[in-house]
Amino acid sequence: MKNPVMTASGTFGYGVEFADFVNLEDIGGVIVKGTTLLPREGNDYPRMVETASGMLNCVGLQNKGVDYFCEHIYPEIKDIRTNMIVNVSGSSPEDYAECAARVNELANIPAIELNISCPNVKQGGMAFGVTTEGAAAVVKAVREVYKKPLIVKLSPNVTSIADIALAVQDAGADAVSLINTLMGMVIDIEKRKPVLSIATGGMSGPAVKPVAVRCVWQVAKAVDIPVVGLGGIMTAHDAIEFLLAGASAIEIGTANFIDPAVTVKVANGINEWLDQHGCKSVSEIVGQLNA
Amino acid sequence: MKKYVKDLTVKTVEYPHELYVLLKLTDTEPLPESFPGQFVEVKVEGSPQTFLRRPISINYVDRENNELWLLIKKVGEGTHQLAQLKVGDTLNLVFPLGNGFSPVRKQGEKVLLVGGGVGVAPLLDYGKYLKEHGAQPVFLLGARSKSDLLEQNLFKAVAPVYVTTEDGSEGEKGFVTQHTLLNKEKFDRISVCGPKPMMVSVARYAKATNTPCEVSLENMMACGLGACLCCVEKTVKGNVCVCKDGPVFDINDLTWEV
Ligand SMILES: Cc1cc2nc3c(=O)[nH]c(=O)nc-3n(C[C@H](O)[C@H](O)[C@H](O)COP(=O)(O)OP(=O)(O)OC[C@H]3O[C@@H](n4cnc5c(N)ncnc54)[C@H](O)[C@@H]3O)c2cc1C
Ligand SMILES: Cc1cc2nc3c(=O)[nH]c(=O)nc-3n(C[C@H](O)[C@H](O)[C@H](O)COP(=O)(O)O)c2cc1C
Ligand code: FES
Repeated sequence: MKNPVMTASGTFGYGVEFADFVNLEDIGGVIVKGTTLLPREGNDYPRMVETASGMLNCVGLQNKGVDYFCEHIYPEIKDIRTNMIVNVSGSSPEDYAECAARVNELANIPAIELNISCPNVKQGGMAFGVTTEGAAAVVKAVREVYKKPLIVKLSPNVTSIADIALAVQDAGADAVSLINTLMGMVIDIEKRKPVLSIATGGMSGPAVKPVAVRCVWQVAKAVDIPVVGLGGIMTAHDAIEFLLAGASAIEIGTANFIDPAVTVKVANGINEWLDQHGCKSVSEIVGQLNA
Repeated sequence: MKKYVKDLTVKTVEYPHELYVLLKLTDTEPLPESFPGQFVEVKVEGSPQTFLRRPISINYVDRENNELWLLIKKVGEGTHQLAQLKVGDTLNLVFPLGNGFSPVRKQGEKVLLVGGGVGVAPLLDYGKYLKEHGAQPVFLLGARSKSDLLEQNLFKAVAPVYVTTEDGSEGEKGFVTQHTLLNKEKFDRISVCGPKPMMVSVARYAKATNTPCEVSLENMMACGLGACLCCVEKTVKGNVCVCKDGPVFDINDLTWEV
């Protein structure tokens, strides 16, 4: 990896949408839109609402399915010289496994990120990510068919995220990423109705950052596999908090909507900070909190 | 069309009405190419409640003076903050976004441009484009009252302007779809931007008279780039992004009940 900065799934399209703003080869990786075995239309509009220092979304994994991805999108992105990682979702362990098996065939996709934490779909998604058994079942099924690095994305909507992380590590995950969005709700008081079409949505942006940093810190202490940290990162300062908490790489999501060139700025900012602090590489600060 | 993120400088600030502000922005280098009906995403500084950028139509591009105009209605925190901008301030824009209105389809075509409220904004740029490219634009603009009619002189300089006001203080009384012009003249096509109920009733007129019609939608947006899928509209082709595949749509592609 060129640097520890990647983009978060669902916020950066397939990377190409941002090509006018950032040289994609200057970032560590792009995690593309959530992909499922079959096409999905997603939830009804409205799917988004702004909140203090953040937003809620209930997109609901709209995508054209893995076959479309392999035939039409992969050819467009396969020569981008960075880690193009596919985010995989599903509604049953078999579903996840079949989708992962298709992606396994794609030579230039170096890894997948398994989304067991989407709060916006009725079936599956987060349902698997909130129990140790459910999480382990999905990871085991995918591990059998997927031979490359497997990152598992965790939900913060649980009592003990470290327990879930341990369960997916035992089931064969090579890394974990966290956090996915926090489940929330916004009400239109005049209409006395929820603003979002399915009432609840996933909260992201700077408002969730302290929760995310806490989760990364707890998980990094519990597991032996690498941790990818995300949730509310807007600046290099934010990213360094995650690295110190124990993340060895980070993802940037919602911040791309505010500044489409933010990823490269954060990557450069991390390097400057490392220089100023006499560090030669990111690994020197990962998890290096003073007790 | 290449997209940019740029700091533009506020050259003038005008208040055509207590509820509106017209910002004329400029840059030290020539402004990027854009097409009428495209929009910008502005970053609102100094308003903690305004986290996301705000989508605003390109009202006009004055190439001679290297100006990009935004006509903004004050509705909430973000737009009120934009109305506080002063000459010399900078405003950060991601632009140009979306596809805009249809290019000229045939020489001499008569195009009716219907606008309501702040929806008149992108029609000025489009009308000028149509006229310069051999079409015949005609404006039909609706407002609540005479004082809500914006940029009238600029519209009149481009093409004939017909007006309706709800209180009858200017032009004909009523809604745009009640204007007698619609019974008298036939148009080759119609482009509309305004409140949804207005666009729906114009769409109904268009269908009844077999006139091709496109509308500019204003769904809530987060990224403006086709990346987040928050701004979707249901169409005959499924859910599509208003920011990237629109904001202008042919009414036959929408699933509106007209
Ligand atoms: C493609 C596009 C072009 C637009 N062009 C213009 C323009 O030229 N001039 C102009 O004044 N406005 C335009 N709008 C609407 C403008 O974006 C909203 O009025 C603005 O975002 C409101 O921000 P706020 O912080 O003031 O209001 P908020 O406090 O966020 O909300 C106040 C009210 O405004 C409405 N609103 C908020 N965001 C949007 C939105 N994205 N679209 C529609 N309504 C919204 C909501 O219904 C809300 O109740 C356009 C919107 C789109 C999508
Ligand atoms: C509009 C939107 C769509 C998202 N879609 C996905 C998705 O398809 N798969 C996924 O794993 N996470 C998805 N997420 C969650 C983000 O990848 C990320 O985990 C979350 O937003 C927190 O990071 P942030 O605060 O930097 O945005 C989405 C987030 C947003 C805002
Ligand atoms: S606003 Fe993000 S896809 Fe349209």
